Amino acid sequence: MQLDDYIPIVGRSVIEDLRLLSERLSGRRIQHINSTAVGGGVAEILNRMVPLCNELGVDSRWDVITGGERFFGVTKKFHNALHGKPESLTREDFEVFVENGRLNAERTATDADIVFIHDPQPVTLIEKKSGNKWIWRCHVDVSDPLQEVWRFLADYVVRYDAAVFSAPGFSRELPMRQALISPSIDPLSDKNRDIGPDIVDAVMNKYGIPRDKPIVTQISRFDRLKDPVGVLEAYRIAKKNVDCRLVLAGGTASDDPEGAEVYQEVLEKAAGDPDVHILLMSQNDIEINALQRASDVIVQKSLKEGFGLTVTEALWKAKPVLASAVGGIPLQIRHKYSGMLCHSVDGAAFSLKQLLNSPEFAKKLGENGREHVRNNFLLTRHLRDYLLLFLSMNITGDVVYL
Amino acid sequence: MTESTHAVEPFRFYTRLHLTELLGIKASSLAELIRCMKSVPGSSIYHHTHRFLQQHQYLSPEPPNDFAYWATEALGEEALGEHLASVNTVQFGDIRSLRESLCGTMERYAGEHPRALNKTADPGEEFFFMKSVSFILPTRHEARTLEEFAGILQEITADSLYYHMFESRLRLEKQTNDFSTWFSGSLGDAALAADVERLDPYTHTMEGLRRSLLRLIRSRIPRR
Repeated sequence: MQLDDYIPIVGRSVIEDLRLLSERLSGRRIQHINSTAVGGGVAEILNRMVPLCNELGVDSRWDVITGGERFFGVTKKFHNALHGKPESLTREDFEVFVENGRLNAERTATDADIVFIHDPQPVTLIEKKSGNKWIWRCHVDVSDPLQEVWRFLADYVVRYDAAVFSAPGFSRELPMRQALISPSIDPLSDKNRDIGPDIVDAVMNKYGIPRDKPIVTQISRFDRLKDPVGVLEAYRIAKKNVDCRLVLAGGTASDDPEGAEVYQEVLEKAAGDPDVHILLMSQNDIEINALQRASDVIVQKSLKEGFGLTVTEALWKAKPVLASAVGGIPLQIRHKYSGMLCHSVDGAAFSLKQLLNSPEFAKKLGENGREHVRNNFLLTRHLRDYLLLFLSMNITGDVVYL
Repeated sequence: MTESTHAVEPFRFYTRLHLTELLGIKASSLAELIRCMKSVPGSSIYHHTHRFLQQHQYLSPEPPNDFAYWATEALGEEALGEHLASVNTVQFGDIRSLRESLCGTMERYAGEHPRALNKTADPGEEFFFMKSVSFILPTRHEARTLEEFAGILQEITADSLYYHMFESRLRLEKQTNDFSTWFSGSLGDAALAADVERLDPYTHTMEGLRRSLLRLIRSRIPRR
């Protein structure tokens, strides 16, 4: 995909602005580092972002740290703890984390002008900082973390030159500059591009989902923080008054060892209801796209959420979305304007009934949501913010003439 | 004026791109909000009174500044929200006076409704202070006549339009918008400059503002 391909969606001037900015970054080298090449929003964004940066002449590369089952077990605990979930961490857990970081530091060159570290897993690489600029990008909701884990990570974080958060509530008192940069979706990716009804039909047939009644869908990794059981409960309450089907679809990320367990739990709780479809899917973006387009309502009832890119994807498809008011979701949804926000199972059930019973209202929410995404949450805006962030690493002041 | 009127100086279109920075400062109550508002950088007051304009380029039911939105939604003080939403931003020539007006509005309200000072926002619903860092850069567009100007105005980004109509006047304290300055100073069309100056850009969406400007400008271009 080339930058010019985005002109029909965002306009020629937006692309021209990117070219103007990138000229000011000519010659600088950027290195992204994260912990997984596939699965999850970070890898998805980097997959598109890095080639586009290179097309703009901003020399960018992407490295992935390695780690065994033990390491990713610890980082999953960290992830849960940063979201405020009680986790018991041992001294050995912290040692595993540090040792894995040391091994990765040995085999990873970090000599770019700007090293861009994504999420906590590679955070210890900052030990290698030597004269270049380092940015820590936090994709998770750290508004109310377990202090034991946050304090441990903060010792590394404060050594970065800048931090980036996805929502205002994640910011903390830190000694360096903190940028607010929302993630984004790529409107031309297989997950988001327009597809024909024949593809949608084929996917629904493949998974045996009849379209005889309204379809309510949550697409998310099988992760407790995504609350698939809560979605099931809300669906059961709503179904007493409005007949519908529920689709819970998702996979697991390579850095998430808890996924299979949660999947089993959801299967057991849904047993016996033929209108509930639980799909454990491998990475297949066209199928996700089709499932979203076939749905009447998209749900994202997360208990914690970094940003909630599945919400962005659904809004871009002009779907009515019902989602928890957590993390970055309120940035995307203004209640009753571009979607519905909820705080509980009962609240979710009530809004679900409203959306299913008032299709005109639901349609308007979806349309507003699509325009909001077009203006604020597409890849081109994200790319622009990163270019500005890179430029800001060498300036001071609040008004900069380039 | 005739269609061949050339400007003394061409109009160079600039664009303004911004990076939002988080200050790590939050307020849970009206009293805290007032206290923080008095000490945060001017670029933070600017951000919270202009963010909606940039994010919602299409019609939105939201109030025009974050303070009004928060007072209504997080504190449940709808009357205060309305007072804050009604602060006429276009009348201020600098951030300092805008800040004083907003703080004054809150303090007057708190004096009349002391119970409002006891309300606190739920965890996660606090007011988080941010600021805008502006990057200003020239575009390739330059106009020498009104016809050229109208053609370019149709094409430029909302960011460019935003820069010349909002940022330049208030944040850079030029007192008026860049378009009016050029219309009167370089094209000698004081009437058009005044018409554009009279527009209240804060009550338009960005696309609505673009349409209004184009209508005014085209009305000054003689038909062939």
